[in-house]
Amino acid sequence: MPVAVRELELDLDAFEGPFDLLLSLVLREELPLEEVDLAEIVIAFAGHLQAKGELDLDACGEFLVLISALLELKARAMFPEEEAELSELEPEAAAEELARRLAEYRRAKEAANWLRERLDERRDIFFRLGPAPLAPKAERKLAPQEPLELAAALRGLAVEPPEPSTAHMALRFPPVSRFLDRWRAILRRRARFDFDQEVAGLSRVEVAVAFLALLELCKQDEIAIAQAGSFAPIRISRADAERTLSWTAHSA
Amino acid sequence: MDRTLRLIPTESTPAAELARTIEALLVVASQPLPLEELASAAEVDPSQVEQALEVLAERFAEGHSGIVLEHVAGGWAFRASAAAAEACLRLFDKPAEKGLSQAALETVAIVAYLGPVSRPEIARIRGVNVDGVVAGLAERGLIAESGRDDEFGAIRYRTTQLFERVFGLESLTALPRVDDLGTDVAQIRERLEAVAEKRPA
Repeated sequence: MPVAVRELELDLDAFEGPFDLLLSLVLREELPLEEVDLAEIVIAFAGHLQAKGELDLDACGEFLVLISALLELKARAMFPEEEAELSELEPEAAAEELARRLAEYRRAKEAANWLRERLDERRDIFFRLGPAPLAPKAERKLAPQEPLELAAALRGLAVEPPEPSTAHMALRFPPVSRFLDRWRAILRRRARFDFDQEVAGLSRVEVAVAFLALLELCKQDEIAIAQAGSFAPIRISRADAERTLSWTAHSA
Repeated sequence: MDRTLRLIPTESTPAAELARTIEALLVVASQPLPLEELASAAEVDPSQVEQALEVLAERFAEGHSGIVLEHVAGGWAFRASAAAAEACLRLFDKPAEKGLSQAALETVAIVAYLGPVSRPEIARIRGVNVDGVVAGLAERGLIAESGRDDEFGAIRYRTTQLFERVFGLESLTALPRVDDLGTDVAQIRERLEAVAEKRPA
C-alpha cells in the first residue's frame, strides 16, 4: 500500500493538517516558511513510513523532491544575502538536528522495549484494582450535635403548614351607591361627621367601599374632606357648610 | 479445645501486634500505602513499621502464601501470588495493560521519562500525532492530566501510580537511566554518514 505523501498528516508548531495543504499555503505565501520546522516533517514522514511497515520508493522519491524544494525555499528566505555560506552551513546543522532527534526517538523506543519486557515479567502478577472500597477519612465539618436537640429542631419544621385562606374568594362587595345614600342621609341631618366613627364595626371591604363613596361625593363637590395629618381622623362636611364656615372665618 | 491452630501467630508482643495492624491496613487499602502513612495510621515510628514489614514480607512471600507483599509504586501492597496466575486469569482480565500497542508503550515511556509533558511535545519526539494514543492511555489510567503548559496552555500528562504498579516499579527512578538507553547522538550521526557514503555518487 503506497504512502500518500501529500496526505501525510502533520502536527507542527506552525501548522497542523495534510502536507499537501502546507505546500499550497507556502507556495501562495500565506504561511511564512521560516516558521515551519522542516525537520519535523521529515520525522513525521519517517514515522509514517515506519507505521506502514514497508518501504515505498515512489513515495520516498516524491517526498525527497518536495522536502528539498521546501528546504531551498526556506534557506533562500532566511539568508537572502548569504547563499554562498549557506551551502556549507545548512546541511551540517540539519544533519546535527536530525541526528539529535533520531537519538531522542531511539531512546523512547528503547524505553518502550524495556517496559514491554517488564510487562512480560509481570504477566503472572495480579493485584486488586478498582474504586477504593474505603474512602480516606474525611474531616468532620459539622459541629457535634445532640440527637435529641436535632430532633426537636426538626419537629418544629415537620408540622403541617396552615391551610391557605380562601376567604377572599367569597368576598361580596357592597354597592358604592349604598354608602353614597348613607353619607348623604347623615349630612342631611348633620353638617359634618367623622369617617372612622361612622365605619366602626364594618368589615375591611365595607370600609373600603365606604371610602370610595366619599371620594365619589368629593368629586361631585357635595362634600369637603379634611384631615389634620397622616392617620389623623378624616372629617367630612357638607360642601356648603364648609363654605359657610370659611365665610364665618372671614367675617370674624 | 487444647489444640490451638497455629497457622496464625497468636503471640501478643507489641511487635506482633503491630505486624497484625499493618497487615490489616494493607488489606483495607485500595492502593500501595507509603511507609509514612502506615506509621501515622498505626501511631508508631516508621522504623518500627519497617521491622513489621520485614516480618510480613517473610510471611507473605512467593511460595509461602497466596497473598504476596510487594514494595511497589512508592508504597506497600498485597498482590496475588504468581503461582495463582492461571486461576486469576480464568476469573479476571487485566484491562490496564491488555493489548498495549507499540505506539502506546513508546508514548507512555516518553511520559514516564519527560512528564509532565504535553501532546505536542510527545508528537515531536514520536513524529506522529499522538492524540488517540494519549487518550487511550488516560482511559486505561496509566497516565493522567497534570497541569498545563506555561507557554501554550496545552494539557500536560504524567504517569500514574497504576502505571508503576502495572510495570512493577517501586518508583519512576526504577526506570533505566536515559544514558543507558539507545545509541547516543554521535553514533547515530556516524550511521547517517555511513549511509550517505554508500549512496551512489
